[in-house]
Amino acid sequence: MTASEDAAETSARGRTWRDIDLRAVAPFAALALLLIVGALVNPNFIGLNNLANVATRSAFIAIIAVGATFVISSGDLDLSVGSMVAFVASIMILFMNSGAIADPSLMLAAAVALTIIIGAGCGLANGLITTVGKIEPFIATLGTMGIYRGLTTWLSQGGAITLREPELQALYRPAYFGSILGVPVPIVVILAVTIVAAFVLYRTRYGRHVVAVGSNSDVARYSGIPVNRVRTIAFVIQGVCVAIAVLLYVPRLGSTSATTGILWELQAITAVVVGGTALKGGAGRVWGTICGAFILELVGNIMLLSNFISEYLIGAIQGAIIIIAMLVQRSLVRKS
Amino acid sequence: MNSDVADGAPVVLAARRVSKSFNGVQVLFSVNFELRAGEIHALMGENGAGKSTLVKILSGFEQPTSGEILLDGQPIKLPPNGQAEALGIVIIHQEFNLAEHLTVSESLFLGREVTRFGVLDRKFMRAETRRVLDQLGSHVDENALISSLSIADKQMVEIAKAISRDARIIFMDEPTAVLSREETNYLFRQVRKLRERGTSFVFVSHKLDEVMELTDRVTVLRDGQWVKTAPTSILDGESIAQLMVGRELSSLYPAKQEPSVDEDVMLSVTGLSTHYVQDASFDVRKGEILGFSGLIGSGRTELMEAVAGLRSRTAGEVSVRGTPVPAGDVHAANRVGIAYMTKDRKHKGLLLNSGMTANLTLQSLDRHGDHGYLSPKSEAAALERARRRFDIRVRDGRVVAGRMSGGNQQKLLLAKVMETEPDVIIIDEPTRGIDVGTKQQIYHFISALARDGKSIIVVSSEMPEIIGLCTRVAVMREGRIVGILEGEEISEQEIMRYSAGLKKKTAA
Repeated sequence: MTASEDAAETSARGRTWRDIDLRAVAPFAALALLLIVGALVNPNFIGLNNLANVATRSAFIAIIAVGATFVISSGDLDLSVGSMVAFVASIMILFMNSGAIADPSLMLAAAVALTIIIGAGCGLANGLITTVGKIEPFIATLGTMGIYRGLTTWLSQGGAITLREPELQALYRPAYFGSILGVPVPIVVILAVTIVAAFVLYRTRYGRHVVAVGSNSDVARYSGIPVNRVRTIAFVIQGVCVAIAVLLYVPRLGSTSATTGILWELQAITAVVVGGTALKGGAGRVWGTICGAFILELVGNIMLLSNFISEYLIGAIQGAIIIIAMLVQRSLVRKS
Repeated sequence: MNSDVADGAPVVLAARRVSKSFNGVQVLFSVNFELRAGEIHALMGENGAGKSTLVKILSGFEQPTSGEILLDGQPIKLPPNGQAEALGIVIIHQEFNLAEHLTVSESLFLGREVTRFGVLDRKFMRAETRRVLDQLGSHVDENALISSLSIADKQMVEIAKAISRDARIIFMDEPTAVLSREETNYLFRQVRKLRERGTSFVFVSHKLDEVMELTDRVTVLRDGQWVKTAPTSILDGESIAQLMVGRELSSLYPAKQEPSVDEDVMLSVTGLSTHYVQDASFDVRKGEILGFSGLIGSGRTELMEAVAGLRSRTAGEVSVRGTPVPAGDVHAANRVGIAYMTKDRKHKGLLLNSGMTANLTLQSLDRHGDHGYLSPKSEAAALERARRRFDIRVRDGRVVAGRMSGGNQQKLLLAKVMETEPDVIIIDEPTRGIDVGTKQQIYHFISALARDGKSIIVVSSEMPEIIGLCTRVAVMREGRIVGILEGEEISEQEIMRYSAGLKKKTAA
């Protein structure tokens, strides 16, 4: 036995049940429990089709919530994501309707690039207002939430903005409805975004900086970390995630309006918190966030499939989930 | 010393064969402890010896795993969460429990406000507060906001609070850690006054001279075991230190090494000013240990933070090996080889909820992988190296920093700063709140670094430390360097003269 094998074995033996981080495991346990409950409520629930459907529909919130994981881990909060979705989607559709580029493929590529840039720009604005303007992120993004929503209402003149070119529609449709090797595209996108995000958060210098800033910004500053830059970049990442969600959202309905994405910020924050990320910063869990987004969508799905709770109560149930998640988190912290 | 006052006095609080385990790890082993009426009893031991656990058990914040607590000779189960205050047992914590926005009298009556017909009786409460403060001989204004008080006065308010609640037994955990010498004397006078009236004190401190000066008896713990209880008068600092460490403390300070005069100047600071610091100039040569002494608030930390880029400067130059260091840029200062080790390890030094690795490499992540990627292997190797080099002792390598003992935290912080491979190391209060054994180790680390050719600045409020370690000492007063002492001049009296403003000379 070589020395490294030896070390690996002792560390494996050293890991007892006590060492398992309950906070990291809890969301997955909750997900498993929900799957069992769902199967009991309705046998159709556990079918692969239904589950793939649920996962597909969770894509918007899941992807936005991955971005929110960065913002929240760095100790900030972004309330503007729902409005940002509406705003970025409006710009994207208006650009595609403008006919500025004749070739549909080129037009689509340009629209995608523009969307990402606008999303990043919105995030950058949030970040700069918070850090350079030294305004509480809660207030700063409450302000931009109003601004992005208001701009959308103005762009749409209170109505809907609809993608007009049929050719573009046909070309773009598979981005939401298509599948790769039998897996729906939105699920592939969720996985890709999450893998990249997990890599950045856990395996890069920037990810370490995010956690350090969120956990204690003084320690970060004294360690030579550019605190404001780290926070601003987290907001930009959030903006890019919103843009990616928009890229999936637009082909789904081909239309957007001033009411697009309302309360999505609540759902995104709920997904992050349910996933085990501490709301006060300092601990990010990307996979937990995805798990949280699934849980939210599953709860809605189970309510639809079962008949004993009205689906009009979905909002109330989701609100209750965030409170329960916080209570569970706290009791787990106390125990450890 | 007054040991005979308490002799034969009744025992008010006692622990009998008390043991305590946390998660299966035993931290106290069948400890006995007796506190007599009207005595000041020092509780001594290295970090991790079990002092704080014993204090928590004796004040009800923790329950013993086995053994019993006796109050006035009767076995008792103390109520948890500070409710033991009702029995006259009060802890004065290192960090105060005072709301900054309340006045002194509001603080004193917090949670038990006196009312008349349902309306607060402010007049009565103010008068009562005045009475207690007068009794203590304290000049603090009962209407002053807590936030406007000095640290010493805040401590006085805590004590007044304890007395106004009829405390018979007061635990003080490192009460002088944040006090100047003058404030400490003031505190001690009040404590002695209360002792005359029968109040008992348990005094937890690392400062041997204060223990010798103030206390009647000493109990020493080591590794969770009771070692000795004896009248302070038959002990001396040396013997207490030996009891705590369990071995001969050959010499606390390593032999001084004067760098040769023609050694290169490593760090040069000229005319540096901040909002408070005025026109500070000094040089540090290669292999030199330069001390910075002065009263609390004399601007030492502010000056050092400005040198290290943590604070902007309004004027002046800093250069390392002749290369100017840009102002207000920590990262740039790091890059040219300046590292600052904060005195506030819990709030500015370590991420208390993160593990040792994340803390160790935080300041030097670019050394562990290219293009922003981190190599876990390289980080693990760094931790292994640091643990060996700085003798960081923990049972479980995955422990979070907040759970480590003060001494280990300090070693981890030093290791973290050293990971940036600096040439100039500024250490602010190198041994605050750590035990004598670890102190000795840290002194030897510092001396070894200087021998390796590093330039070191030690900022300290502990005079013996400055005198024992440094070959030159700069003294600051009210934001200015008032003198730089060398060789024979370095003595407690001389440093005091400068820091009190009795003597002054232009910087050498």
